Amino acid sequence: MSKTMTTTSRGQLSRRLIGHDAVIFYILITVVIISMITVNYFASTLTVGFLLIQVLPILLIAMPMALVIVSGEIDLSVASTAGLTSATMGVLWRDSGLDIGTVMALSLLVGVLCGAFNGFLITTLGLPSLAVTIGTLALYRGLALVVIGDQKVASFPKELNAFVLSKIGNTGIPVMMIFALIVIAFFAVLLHFTPFGRGLYALGYSPQAATFVGVRVGHAKFWMFVATGVVSSMVGVFLTLRLASAGPDNGTGLELSVIAAVLLGGVSIFGGKGNIPGVVGGVLLIGTLTYALRLAKVPETALIIVTGGLLVLSVVAPSVIAWGKERIRLNRVHREVQGQNAPGITRA
Amino acid sequence: MKLFSTSSRGGRIGSIAAIATVVALAATGCAATNGGDSGDGGGDSAGTIAFLPKQLNNPYTDVVLGGGEEGAAAIGYDSEVLGPLEASASAQIPFIEQATQQGTKVIVIAANDPDAVGPALQTAREAGAKIVAFDSDTNPDYRDIFISQVVAKDVALIQLEIISEQIGGSGEIAILSATATATNQNEWIKFMEEELESNPDYADIKLVAKVYGDDDADKSFQETQGLLSSYPDLAGIISPTTVGIAAAAKYLSTSDYKGKVALTGLGLPNEMREFVKDGTVQEFALWDPAQLGYVAAFAGKALVDGTITGAEGDTFDAGDMGEITVGANGVAIVGPPTRFNADNIDEYDF
Repeated sequence: MSKTMTTTSRGQLSRRLIGHDAVIFYILITVVIISMITVNYFASTLTVGFLLIQVLPILLIAMPMALVIVSGEIDLSVASTAGLTSATMGVLWRDSGLDIGTVMALSLLVGVLCGAFNGFLITTLGLPSLAVTIGTLALYRGLALVVIGDQKVASFPKELNAFVLSKIGNTGIPVMMIFALIVIAFFAVLLHFTPFGRGLYALGYSPQAATFVGVRVGHAKFWMFVATGVVSSMVGVFLTLRLASAGPDNGTGLELSVIAAVLLGGVSIFGGKGNIPGVVGGVLLIGTLTYALRLAKVPETALIIVTGGLLVLSVVAPSVIAWGKERIRLNRVHREVQGQNAPGITRA
Repeated sequence: MKLFSTSSRGGRIGSIAAIATVVALAATGCAATNGGDSGDGGGDSAGTIAFLPKQLNNPYTDVVLGGGEEGAAAIGYDSEVLGPLEASASAQIPFIEQATQQGTKVIVIAANDPDAVGPALQTAREAGAKIVAFDSDTNPDYRDIFISQVVAKDVALIQLEIISEQIGGSGEIAILSATATATNQNEWIKFMEEELESNPDYADIKLVAKVYGDDDADKSFQETQGLLSSYPDLAGIISPTTVGIAAAAKYLSTSDYKGKVALTGLGLPNEMREFVKDGTVQEFALWDPAQLGYVAAFAGKALVDGTITGAEGDTFDAGDMGEITVGANGVAIVGPPTRFNADNIDEYDF
């Protein structure tokens, strides 16, 4: 413990500069610069607008997902929650006669319920989150089909559809990014500056130890899943308005993009490690790389190989480095122990 | 002390690995750009037509796109195929945005969802692109013209006719469709349901189930399996999608139901040939999909040239397909469906 402390105080700045999240940002900046020089049409405000709107759903869900994964759990049901929200929103808007504000608020309630149901199964019944959310991934998508059937609802207010796609002045930055920044700030503060957030790290390292030192494990996990549900619902509402269409299949496949970006951003799948800036970098990196490669007319099939390879590398690299460090440390310990033992051969 | 030096070396290894990644990625990026540039440098092209199928790597789509590329070449346009690997409502949007950014003149799209692509197409139109929908229509507000394979009702009725002939005019039938939200499949199914209700010839035919294989071979295969075990008295299956009918035929051909449960729908001759020859399938239908892409390219040119606006009564030249007239709601029809069976299947190669 004292060793870690000294390392932190000695090289905090240099650690920051070579940390995983910093490296992600270096790569991101490099990708942006190279794309601006080599890819036709990339250097334009259109890119900013299209790119940010495309990554927005991933960016939003990645925030609570980072917290869930830091605490050693996973939530695969996020995209289905978004789909169920979209379906509910469509049916409410078509049939209930309520105004759009109320409809959106009620739709967010879907996320609260979906998240709470996940949380209940995982914390109260103690089931593994992987198994539970694989189940609810199918369950919520199925419910979405029951709610809205094979129908689509597309009659949302045109102004609202236009609003979610509108840009701040002529910067090309979507207005919705302001909302995203609020969500990012909320989860960054929650994870890095509150006892709750520190409790999640402790949970990720070791649930038993966390329980001993007084983290209310079940309580913390439950609220994490509710948070993921709510943000997924927000994304469901956003997608519905952005697509001007409510349907059961909105957001399909989103969960894997989110988890990929979170892991790329340096969050350990084993829990206990990772931070919000890294995750933001991870989301932007995958988004920008995909966007630039598409614009450079790289075939879609080659593109998923590139993003897949990048992800594998990002997961493998820290493990390989950690393994190397551990080897070096063991060698050193071994040598020290031998050195200590050398004078007292009689003991052996 | 040693510990610190080793750990920072570890960090450096990390950074080096990261930089290596960037270099590798940059290299691929550059290579790709160069490839793209040389593709563009094809001379004095009149512009680019971007084809956006529902999904890539779908055999039916490949034939449609083949026709589209042929059509584009015939009118002196460059063609480009953009599209997602999976057929989902929102997956097409990034590609519409890409085409917009590249200043594409004509976007030819088969919509996975008639409304979801709307806002993106609207942006593309504002940037000056002409929108031609083909195969599966968008909301008419968002496109200039829709090139339809055939009259939707004819497609629906020919499938009912074939199944009725094969099951002797009575019995339980089921439908194995694509996704639950697919525009064209749902329209055909609606016509089939109406015809089953109203036509006395079909009074003894009962539609017992509609299942969705999502245009995924495995899922369609499993849905077929499910249908046959849930409905032991099932006499026939209609699959109005090429992926579905091929998967269903594959299942039937290896099961006890082969030759007992009739299967028809919309299929590709090349995919269905073995099943027609081994007796699993007697007859199925389709139009020549290549014509669809071919006509869409010509429609795009006519829109860019301003010779048509997509209004009812407009006519445009479609090369080998002759002159085509735009009908109500900006819909242009290419041709009637064809029936494929053991007698004629070898005459077709697509």
